[in-house]
Amino acid sequence: METLFFLIISLVAIVSAILVITCKNPINSALSLIMTFFCLATYYVMLDAPFMAAVQVMVYAGAIMVLIVFTIMLLNIRIDASKKHSHKLIFGSIIGFFTLLNVVFVLIRSRAAVPTGPYSGDMIKNIGHTELIGREMFTNFLLPFEITSILLLVAIVGAVILAKKKI
Amino acid sequence: MENLNSYLIVSAVLFSIGTIGVLTRKNAIVIFMCIELMLNAVNLTFVAFSRHLGNLDGQIFVFFIMTVAAAEAAVGLALFIAFYNNKESIDVDDANMMKW
Repeated sequence: METLFFLIISLVAIVSAILVITCKNPINSALSLIMTFFCLATYYVMLDAPFMAAVQVMVYAGAIMVLIVFTIMLLNIRIDASKKHSHKLIFGSIIGFFTLLNVVFVLIRSRAAVPTGPYSGDMIKNIGHTELIGREMFTNFLLPFEITSILLLVAIVGAVILAKKKI
Repeated sequence: MENLNSYLIVSAVLFSIGTIGVLTRKNAIVIFMCIELMLNAVNLTFVAFSRHLGNLDGQIFVFFIMTVAAAEAAVGLALFIAFYNNKESIDVDDANMMKW
């Protein structure tokens, strides 16, 4: 049953990912991308990471995609079907195929040489995923967390300055 | 829970589709969305390995990747708007001012 569910979600994710790169209208691409993000959130739930699924829906499908759709509609780009692809379609497909082979080979044949941790599925269910993530983030990863806030500040200032016509 | 390899294969397929999109499309916003797709494929790999190894570090990395993607979206879309104001186009082939 779970395998069937996994296959259905995989099918939807891959078909909507293909629609992202084949749709002529950027709005359709954006909506397909939102569908892919929801499929990925489903994967996170199946992998016992419900907090990641919630963040995926809120940050990616919510914030980032709203920003992208807003920009597409603000610029009001006309669709010209004649110039949809560059002439490198075959070249890009070959590169993509070899990327697929390479990534599959590396991911499946390599041995992950990372020390395994104590977090089992039962522990995540008993204590709660959010609490475990928070505990980890505010102890071992406190410095990267603070650096992230500086990054966000730089991004805000940079976006305002870049989008302004006259500084 | 499915085994690890099926998640890795899905992630590899999504990453390759994103690569093809980046290499073949001309619209800068679509290229940007393909980059987001590639980032998400990597996120799926991180979470799958994290669950497989029983180690939460991968999920913390996913959290930081999402933050960086949000910052990238803000700055990148501001760049697109500035580019559109200059060139009246969002085509990457028109971004050739530094070509001689």
